[in-house]
Amino acid sequence: MKPPPFQYHDPKTVAEAVGLLGRLENAKLLAGGQSLMPMLNMRFVLPDHVIDLNRCEGLAGIKEAGGALEIGAMTRQRDLEFSDLVKAKCPLLEQAIQHIGHRQTRNRGTIGGSLCHLDPAAELVSVCAAHDATVVVEGPNGRREIAFADFPVAFMTSSIELNEIVTAVRLPLWAPGHKAAFIEFSRRHGDFAIVSAAAMLEIGGGKITRASVTIGGVAVAPHRARDVEQAITGQAPSSDLFRKACESCRSIEALEDIHASSSYRQHLAAVLSRRALEKAAGLADNAPWNKVH
Amino acid sequence: MTDKLDITLNVNGRDYPVRVEPRRTLVDTLRDDCGLTGTHIGCEHGVCGACTVILDGAAVRSCLMFAVQAQDKEIRTVEGLADGRRMHPLQRAFMAHHGLQCGFCTPGFLMLATNALERNPDIGDDELRDVLASNLCRCTGYQNIVKAVQAARDEMRAGK
Repeated sequence: MKPPPFQYHDPKTVAEAVGLLGRLENAKLLAGGQSLMPMLNMRFVLPDHVIDLNRCEGLAGIKEAGGALEIGAMTRQRDLEFSDLVKAKCPLLEQAIQHIGHRQTRNRGTIGGSLCHLDPAAELVSVCAAHDATVVVEGPNGRREIAFADFPVAFMTSSIELNEIVTAVRLPLWAPGHKAAFIEFSRRHGDFAIVSAAAMLEIGGGKITRASVTIGGVAVAPHRARDVEQAITGQAPSSDLFRKACESCRSIEALEDIHASSSYRQHLAAVLSRRALEKAAGLADNAPWNKVH
Repeated sequence: MTDKLDITLNVNGRDYPVRVEPRRTLVDTLRDDCGLTGTHIGCEHGVCGACTVILDGAAVRSCLMFAVQAQDKEIRTVEGLADGRRMHPLQRAFMAHHGLQCGFCTPGFLMLATNALERNPDIGDDELRDVLASNLCRCTGYQNIVKAVQAARDEMRAGK
C-alpha cells in the first residue's frame, strides 16, 4: 500500500503546469488528492510524473460575476462549505457539500479534482449538471469553455484533453429566493451515494416557473430528468404531482454493481427525486426521512 | 526509485529536516523519518481516519498527502497534545470515559476532536457526532468516544 515511484513537479503558475503537462509522458495532475492518493496507494494508477497543483497560483477562490458563481478549480470543498456567498446564492451547493466524504477529506478535496475524477456518485458533479455549469479549461492553445452537458463522455472520463487543465467552473445563478434540495441514499454516513437527487425550483404565483431535477449515481454521469422538469413546470407544487412525475425515473438506464441492482437504483431514482422536490417545495418539513442526513 | 528530496517538516513546533522520495506519504515520513510513531496507519487509503493530523489548523488524513506537500506548513500530531506531563483535557476524558480499548484509532480521534473543538468550542452534539463519524473504531462502539469528547468540550468551555 505504498505509492509507486514517480517524478514530482511543483508548478507555481497555470502556464507552467500546462507546459509540464504537454511535455511529460504519462503525467497525472494532483489536486486535493482525496481520490488520486488512494488510487496511488493501491497502485491503480502508475504515473511517471505527478504534477502537484497545490502551490499553483490563481486557481482558488469563489466570486460572483455576470450572474454566475465562479469557483476556482483548486477551491477546497471546506471553503465552499463555509462560504457566505455559496450560502446566500447557491443553496443546492451548500446542501450537497454536507454529503461529500467527511470534514477531513473536505479540508483537502477540491471542486476541480472532483469534476475531473468524475465519479458517477460525486455530489459536485451533480450540482454542476443541475446548474448547467460551464467548465473553464486551459491548454497549450489557450482557454476554452465546455458546457457541462458535454463534459462527461464515458465512465469517469471527461471531455478535457490530456494537455488541458480545469481552471474554474461557473454556476449560473438562479433567481434569489429559489428553492433547492439535495438528498442521497448511502449505506453509511459519508459513504458514496448509491443514488442522489438534486432539485431546484422557482415558484411564482403558486406555480412552478422553472425546475431542475438531477439524479446522481444511476448512470456514468448525472442524469437530468427533463421529462420530470417538463411535467411539473407550470403546475402548482404538490406531493401528488411530484409522485406521478417522478415515476418516469424508473425507466432510466441504471448502473448495476455490488452495491445495488439497476432496478433498485431506478426505484431509488423515483423515490429520491420525488423527495428532493418535496423538500425543495417545503412539503417535507414533517416527513420522517427529512433529517439533516 | 526516484531522487530523494531534502525537505523540512515543522511538527509540533519543531523542525525536522528529512530526506525522502516524493512518493513518501506524510504519515510514513512522520513515523519513519521523524520518529513520531504516535500517528497510526490504518487503511492507507483514506477510509479509517487513524492517521489524522492537523495541518495549518485543519484536520487531514496524512496517508492522503505526500510529505513534500507539507513543507512550510504547521503540522500537529498526538505527541504535541500534552503540556509537558499534563495531558490534554481530551486525553484525560478518553481515559475517564473509556473512550478506547486497543488504542489504535485513538491518536486519530484525538486530533480530529482537538481540531473540531478548536474550530468551534461550542460545537453541538449533532455536529460533533457528524464530525466523529469520519473515523473508524472497532472496539468501543463509539458511544464512549462521543461521551469523552462531550466531557472534554464541557470542561474546556467551563475552564475558559
